Amino acid sequence: MTFAPVGLTHFLVLAAVLLVLGLLTMLTRRNAIAVLMGIELILNAANINFVAFTRYGAINLGGQVVAIFVIVLAACEAAVALAIVLNLYKRLGSVSVREANKLRD
Amino acid sequence: MDQLIVLSLVALGIPLLGFVLVIFNQKSLGERAHLVSIPTIAFSTAISLYVAWVKIKNPALGTLQWSAEWIRFGIVPGFGPLAIHLNILFDSMTAILMVVVTGVSLLVHVFSSEYMKRDSRYARYYAFLGLFTFSMLGILLSGNLFQIYIFWELVGFSSYALIGHWYERSGPQYASKKAFITNRVGDVFFWIGILLLFAQFHTFDLRAIFGFINEGLPLSFSILGFSPETTLTIAGLLIFGGAIAKSAQFPLHIWLPDAMEGPTPVSALIHAATMVAAGVYLMARVFPLLTADAMLVVACVGAFTSFLAATIALTQRDIKRVLAYSTISQLGLMMMSIGAGAVASGIFHLVTHAAFKACLFLGAGSVIHAMHRAMHAVHDHETDAQDIHNMGGLLKKMPVTGWTYLIATLAITGLPLTAGFMSKGEILSGVLAYGNLQTGIATALPWIGFGVTMLTALYMWRQIFLVFFGIPSKPDLYAKIQESPRVMTAPLVILALLSLWICYGRNPIDPEHGWLLKKGVTTPAQVIPPQTAPTFRPKHYLSYQTEQDGFGIAVAPSIEGTQGWSVPPMPHQVALMENRHGISAIAEYYALGSAVLGFLIAWLFFSFRPGMAVSVRKAFKPLYTFSFRGWFIDDLYEFVFSDTIIFSSRVSAWVDRVVIDGLVNLAARVAVLLSRIVGWFDRYVVDGLVTLTGATIQFLGLMARSVQSGRIQTYLTWVVAAVVAIFFIAWWALAHPFTLSILP
Amino acid sequence: MSIFDILFYLFAAAIVLSAAFVSLSRNIVHAAFSLLFTFLGIAGVYVLLSADFIAVSQILIYVGGILVLIVFGVMLTNRVTNIDIRAAIRSRIPAFIICAGLLALLIAFITQAHWIRYDEEPWKKTPWGKNAVEQVTKPLQGSVREVIDQQGSQGTAAEIGKLLMSDYMLPFELLSIVLLVALIGAAMIARQEAVQKKRPLSPSLPTEVSQ
Repeated sequence: MTFAPVGLTHFLVLAAVLLVLGLLTMLTRRNAIAVLMGIELILNAANINFVAFTRYGAINLGGQVVAIFVIVLAACEAAVALAIVLNLYKRLGSVSVREANKLRD
Repeated sequence: MDQLIVLSLVALGIPLLGFVLVIFNQKSLGERAHLVSIPTIAFSTAISLYVAWVKIKNPALGTLQWSAEWIRFGIVPGFGPLAIHLNILFDSMTAILMVVVTGVSLLVHVFSSEYMKRDSRYARYYAFLGLFTFSMLGILLSGNLFQIYIFWELVGFSSYALIGHWYERSGPQYASKKAFITNRVGDVFFWIGILLLFAQFHTFDLRAIFGFINEGLPLSFSILGFSPETTLTIAGLLIFGGAIAKSAQFPLHIWLPDAMEGPTPVSALIHAATMVAAGVYLMARVFPLLTADAMLVVACVGAFTSFLAATIALTQRDIKRVLAYSTISQLGLMMMSIGAGAVASGIFHLVTHAAFKACLFLGAGSVIHAMHRAMHAVHDHETDAQDIHNMGGLLKKMPVTGWTYLIATLAITGLPLTAGFMSKGEILSGVLAYGNLQTGIATALPWIGFGVTMLTALYMWRQIFLVFFGIPSKPDLYAKIQESPRVMTAPLVILALLSLWICYGRNPIDPEHGWLLKKGVTTPAQVIPPQTAPTFRPKHYLSYQTEQDGFGIAVAPSIEGTQGWSVPPMPHQVALMENRHGISAIAEYYALGSAVLGFLIAWLFFSFRPGMAVSVRKAFKPLYTFSFRGWFIDDLYEFVFSDTIIFSSRVSAWVDRVVIDGLVNLAARVAVLLSRIVGWFDRYVVDGLVTLTGATIQFLGLMARSVQSGRIQTYLTWVVAAVVAIFFIAWWALAHPFTLSILP
Repeated sequence: MSIFDILFYLFAAAIVLSAAFVSLSRNIVHAAFSLLFTFLGIAGVYVLLSADFIAVSQILIYVGGILVLIVFGVMLTNRVTNIDIRAAIRSRIPAFIICAGLLALLIAFITQAHWIRYDEEPWKKTPWGKNAVEQVTKPLQGSVREVIDQQGSQGTAAEIGKLLMSDYMLPFELLSIVLLVALIGAAMIARQEAVQKKRPLSPSLPTEVSQ
């Protein structure tokens, strides 16, 4: 498998690894900004899938268009999420996602 | 693109430009806003006049149109190619109504520069007047339903902003909300109607839709299992739903009288040119697709509205409310006319009504303005400046206002030598012809029309006698009343002149040969399937055939489609047109007779023997209250919609408090009881069991706590674990398909 | 092994290593800088996939925008005077196990799946596929790969632009609204916090004056 010429499968596996690493970041890091980084990794994994399918499978460039949409949404998400994180920091004095559990009560 | 279309688009765009200029420079313009707004509207009026003049002069121009693709959605699955176009449709009706809209708007602009002086939001007021005019012009020029709907909503919005101009006070706030919400109700129907047509014909373009219908309705055109013909009726009525709300027809007429809370010039604009005209115009536009049933419903709703509003107007005390109900009544007449197939007459009345109703409203504004100034002079803050019982004898003090008001009253009551006489005679002859040829409820329509004419004369002359004649009821105020300044009276004079017959044709009793009906507005030919057209009583139709020979009317009237969709007129339309020629004189006599009768009653009650009015009112107290409260329709809606909702929310609050809280408390008590039992066990049962129970409970608690930790990452871990588990199971199941082998 | 393959493995190694560093490093600042290499590697992968426009967007938006934002966030929320800059990684064994399981699952799926193209026979024969092929192939004959190969250095930007203005018009417009809302939302959140901050400050004004 490893020595086969690089094709769709290779890109998909790369994306899967990236997805899992992003997920791992989201699950294990306590810092809210690190969780945000994990989300970005996952979005990038999805994007690699879109572009790879466009290249190897699809008939028009729809996948690349969707990838652009994803990038833009990621930018939106980062802006809003960082605003929330800063707010959280002002209120709690920390950015640990463990301490942001006031809704529990 | 035709030159006239370019010009009319310029006329459309300039008010918008004015709006943008004023709304973004409110602070810097301040009291000088009218210096921007009035020139823009004047320019727009001038262009409209030129365009209309060219259009009427050259009938050969026909219907002009222009179309461009606006948004392309590509191929939508399950629907096919989807694109939205912009359509401009420009015919004589558009041209004439553009002049009416811009003209009235210009006069209102001029009038307002005095009336609204020293208002705190002067610039905002002018900005929204411009937007209002723009949206109405947009409706007039639109050639597709989607575009009409956009401008339709813009009209609704700008009226909301203007009615609620004095939003610090609760009255205007309430009135603007009421107008907006009532209109939304109609708009929903309108939009459903549009989508119903769009779903079948895949276009919003009116002319294209008419073309498709004319080619024959496909069987797939069906909603809720109705036949295509019935569906067409439903579509027409849904669109009429939008017109009901905008043109204040029963049962959605309730917003218009309350809209009086806005500044009086705005009322003039709403009532004469911009808002309520939209509904009548829309019905004239979609008239080709109205089936017989739809037409009958339109006519009946119009007739009933007209009668209802006329009876309410009889007893109102507020000068503007009388006029408001009179507008509703006149709009009812127009709707009735369109429903009866006399579209041109309805639009003709719309035009003349714009002139004299604007004159009446601006006149009322002038009176109120004078009253306010007089009250200010004598430091009177108690008197209601709009109550007609507080006025009287004003003709001597305010000659220009008084005489123009009088002329406009003559016009609205339909006395000869006025425009109102011509247009009302037209409407009534059309309705009479329709009633003569029809059976059933339609035969009553013309008589309602004559009755309403009588009532119109009665309440209008009542107002005239109470306001401008007789003895002043507040002498101290009366002494201080002054005529309004020129800038307010000049529009009145212009509008009063426009209420005379000479503006619409040389012969005061023969509107058929006036320019407006001969060269301007024509009744469009219908495109509906023949089996949905009205079936007229054969007896009359046949007898009419012989009469036709007797009268020697040989030429069948040519009905040019105003849509430019030249189809031969339907047989019933020809029959209507022919029947009208025979009876238009009769209708005019009846109309004149009813108007004079109304005038005489008013004169008897309010001028000759003023005491009689009071005794009659006392004798028929319940009837008086019924009319004064507007048939209790507002109270009914209040009861049905507001009170019911409040009641039901109280009921649910009670259920919430007693039943649900009770259940929760019960559960809590059960829990307390149980834990007591557990405690008892804990304390009194054997040690090992005690420890076991304690440990179990602790374990369960810990489990519950760890799940409900409030830690987002824990939750997420569980989610991912679940996903992985599900996929593993699914994969395994796919890899090892198992079969139940019962049989050997 | 062609140049293409070598480049792919290089980029993949860069991506995986730096992403793993993001995930496992104890220092948040190091993680943020490691993210830079991940993004750059992904941009390289896009270039390998002939998606030039996406690659440029990736560098501009992710590296130029989002990453800078993240670094700002890190700087603003970690008090530099404190040594509390490290984000502790608890040995979270369940998370590792689950992630390993997911990875195994995904790789199994990817390697075992039989990937077919839109215009391949078995797919085209289904009524579903027939419809899709008819609707989608009309504007563009041949596969993207061929089109891209034919266009050569012309790039994909023109084609993407055409798609954005035709088939993806509605999502495009919606996205612009989402952007606006996000902008307003971010501003609102920041402002709310500013307004609330004012209130507790006002009683302490006299002390400031006395200083």
